[in-house]
Amino acid sequence: MKAGGALTAFAAAGWLNPAHAEAQEWNKAAFDVRSIEELVKILGGEAASPNDAIDFNAPDIAENGAVVPLAVASAVPGTESIAILIEKNPNVLAGLFSIPEGTLPEIQTRVKMAETCNVYALVRAGGKNLYAVKEIKVTLGGCGG
Amino acid sequence: MKSSSGDEIGMKHRLTAWVALGIGLMLGIGWATAADDRRALDQIQKYRDMLKDGNPADLMELKGEGLWTTPRGPKQATLEQCDLGLGPGVLEGAYAQLPRWFDDVGRVLDAESRLIHCMSTLQGLTRDEALQNWTRPGSDIEALVTFVAARSRGLPIRASQTHPREADMAAVGEALFFRRAGPLDFSCATCHSQDARRIRLQELPNFLDPASARESMIQWPAYRVSQSAVWTLERRLIDCIRQMRAPDADYGSDAIIALQVYLQRQASGGVLEAPGIKR
Amino acid sequence: MANPMKIRARADGDLVEVKVLMAHVMETGQRKNQAGELIPAWFIQRVEATYGNRTVLSAQWGPAISANPFLSFKFKGGAKGEKVRITWFDSKGETRTDEVVIG
Repeated sequence: MKAGGALTAFAAAGWLNPAHAEAQEWNKAAFDVRSIEELVKILGGEAASPNDAIDFNAPDIAENGAVVPLAVASAVPGTESIAILIEKNPNVLAGLFSIPEGTLPEIQTRVKMAETCNVYALVRAGGKNLYAVKEIKVTLGGCGG
Repeated sequence: MKSSSGDEIGMKHRLTAWVALGIGLMLGIGWATAADDRRALDQIQKYRDMLKDGNPADLMELKGEGLWTTPRGPKQATLEQCDLGLGPGVLEGAYAQLPRWFDDVGRVLDAESRLIHCMSTLQGLTRDEALQNWTRPGSDIEALVTFVAARSRGLPIRASQTHPREADMAAVGEALFFRRAGPLDFSCATCHSQDARRIRLQELPNFLDPASARESMIQWPAYRVSQSAVWTLERRLIDCIRQMRAPDADYGSDAIIALQVYLQRQASGGVLEAPGIKR
Repeated sequence: MANPMKIRARADGDLVEVKVLMAHVMETGQRKNQAGELIPAWFIQRVEATYGNRTVLSAQWGPAISANPFLSFKFKGGAKGEKVRITWFDSKGETRTDEVVIG
């Protein structure tokens, strides 16, 4: 099974209906974590380490924290999933994207940031947890909030 | 004497050196600040570019299209025969020429007022029904304006000059733009008549400069990321007036339409990117 | 009823690029209304993208995904004229499915 670590962990916790592997339940525990270390503990695999094979593209400054565009492309062989974590948000995990066979390990999305902080793109591949990190500044400007 | 004069010369040299160093430092600091500013603005441009593809305003455009083509109101009619100035049902380019004079009502109307007119005549809706919840972003009327504006995307803003009242409205709009009012003694011109003005990191358009006016006007209606909602130009103007602490402007009032006519003329020739995206 | 998504899917050879905008408030549960009361959380929790019977992306989201979410991804083995289908499920149990023909 491709998304081995994550799915095994979900299954072990009873979150996965084996009849419909793709119809997994929302992983509340993952969205309650306070750090990348806690997320790795829940999803399983080795401790997270930085890796250059992850291209994490985002502006250095976001004009508004309500919408911060991110693009992540992983050149890590066997990338199974990509997670976005925002260090100082009330819920650190923003999204977890499972990459099935045949789908490129590249996603683009937009997130909310409560304040200027580090944002992590965590790539999971074959029991490894690799990440790229970038500080994104959130500004306030102009009229009308 | 000799030595003191030598001291004087030395003093002068030292003074000159200090002044030169001072000027150099000031310039240096000036350059650093300018470079930082430019880098910050480049990053904000990158931020905006990343949002352009997949503008959530497209969802409002879809909603507007649905409202345009769905039979509604007591007459169960669609808006497909609405005349936005270029003939019944002609959407292409109509928004680029609004506001304009309409013979059938004997008034200069903007997109909002003309749509309300069509919702009343074609569908039998009252003004209140047509306007329902306009104060809440995502309203039907604003979805319709977004849809109509998107049908002028890629076309230049062309101020209509078919009736003398259009020129009158432009003059009224200009007067309102410069008129100081309210407890803050503010006018539109206070913020929007000089180059390189900013509120915090937000650059402000200078509507006296055609290039700057176009850059701003081609974006409306726009998805405002700070509001997670599409704002039409009319909502933007009404909110500017509120922020200036002037008396509330009425929706579709002549004052709001006149301001739009003036701004439209300042931005003539700008190629519409509507719906755009703004902070 | 939830408003429709806007989905674009373009094929370059057998590589299909999909871009989706979803109409959703993505309320965090941490904001207050004008009366000072917390606005309850309401956000998309899961997204599934399928091509025929094949899942081409699945995602789990928290409330930190922006309002009116945008998602873009690419998959191999797609063909022009076939359909991509996207479904979301939110925290109130609402769901919406839309599809688009690959161009």
